[in-house]
Amino acid sequence: MTFHVLDHIMVPEHRIMTEEEIGTLLSTYHLSLDQLPKIFHDDPAVKTVKAKPGNVIGIIRSSQTAGRAESFRLVVKRPKK
Amino acid sequence: MKESMEKRIAGAELPEKTRNELRKYLGDRSVTEAQFKRILDRVVREYQNTRIEACEAVGIVAAQSIGEPGTQMTMRTFHYAGVAEINVTLGLPRLIEIMDARKAPSTPTMTIHLKPEYAQDRDRAREVSWQIEAAPLHEFGDITIDMENMQVVVQLNTAVCDKRKIGVETIVENAPKKIRERRHYRDFECEVHADRALLLFIPKDRESYQNLFQLAEHVRNVIVQGIDDIERVVVRKEEGEYILYTEGSNLKDVFEVEGVETARTRSNNISEIADVLGIEAARNSIIDEALSTLGEQGILVDVRHLMLVADMMCMDGEVKQIGRHGIAGEKESVLSRAAFEVTVNHLLDAAVANEVDELNGVTENIIVGQPIQLGTGDVKLIAKPLKSGD
Repeated sequence: MTFHVLDHIMVPEHRIMTEEEIGTLLSTYHLSLDQLPKIFHDDPAVKTVKAKPGNVIGIIRSSQTAGRAESFRLVVKRPKK
Repeated sequence: MKESMEKRIAGAELPEKTRNELRKYLGDRSVTEAQFKRILDRVVREYQNTRIEACEAVGIVAAQSIGEPGTQMTMRTFHYAGVAEINVTLGLPRLIEIMDARKAPSTPTMTIHLKPEYAQDRDRAREVSWQIEAAPLHEFGDITIDMENMQVVVQLNTAVCDKRKIGVETIVENAPKKIRERRHYRDFECEVHADRALLLFIPKDRESYQNLFQLAEHVRNVIVQGIDDIERVVVRKEEGEYILYTEGSNLKDVFEVEGVETARTRSNNISEIADVLGIEAARNSIIDEALSTLGEQGILVDVRHLMLVADMMCMDGEVKQIGRHGIAGEKESVLSRAAFEVTVNHLLDAAVANEVDELNGVTENIIVGQPIQLGTGDVKLIAKPLKSGD
């Protein structure tokens, strides 16, 4: 039996953002790409959506305060120890 | 409620939760267009007012809001957390554990939910628990030390094996393999008589009694069924379904067990969650664990503060600790270090290492006599010079 990371109740929805979406995101918040929070390329959720380093992941959390909150993370390579 | 109103609620700049409340409130009421406009405008305005203002020092507010109630916590409480005889660290030690992002909590536990076909039946739930609970060999039969022939004799009890749903062949095959692999003890040979459910362990050195007893110890305690890290499983009925509580945690292996509902099964080991389910799950788990640890002691902390803490800890893709020096890995300013202790040495070392101070923090800016970058101090005034004729 295989289990799916994204099915777990603690894992919110992850999806890869399109170039266009990234553009509007960065311009609305006046951000540069590296100011986004990070997520490692070998994160189980990143692996399931098959994102590569450099992609931006859009995360839709079910927030306890707002009901639904969007968040974004930049996929980066896990630094070697 | 008219459709046009629904559309305007959906389009309004409000959080989902407020929108739903508004929908619920207006659902079976008849309001005129003018009334609706007033209500919506008012709600939007009130929402804008409750938002935190830009440049507010939310970190300090969060630190105080968690810190002060934290002083009220009972310091060392080990508690049987509602669950029969499973001991879980709670209170201040647990809160410290969460913030410190320890690799393993002092009392790892799991809450395992079962698939519907297993969750209703106590016997089937027990079956799953046997697949999970680590069971040493001595639970499956008699182990005797035969000193005359210098060997350890294991006579498996087939009735127990049947009851526990494990074949004699599996045990016979696993036991010697696991002693070698998991217990790293290799100085023995093994004779198998599967037909008589008999196992003979013979030490390589047949002269030493010490070796024989050492071997017997390994044979007795080798885990032949279940998952090694999970020492105990308790089956409990809660809200009409059977749930397994464990002492010890191993998400990855438990997810492989037949009958486990993976989607709702959770652990209190945050770093394990980060490895198996990802950083977002770890963030959720930090919030849940911290909130329930505080809540269990009757301390109510607004979830926003914990969300901020969890966000900061999970910012860089891995769970980082919040210690007394701030968030791990964040560089501390030279000037703020110098302001604390041995001023000259710090400045000298910084000069030798060619360190640069970005003047981001509060301390540094006060030292150099600038406004700190918080509140109104963070706003730069940009003025457009008036053109003649304006």
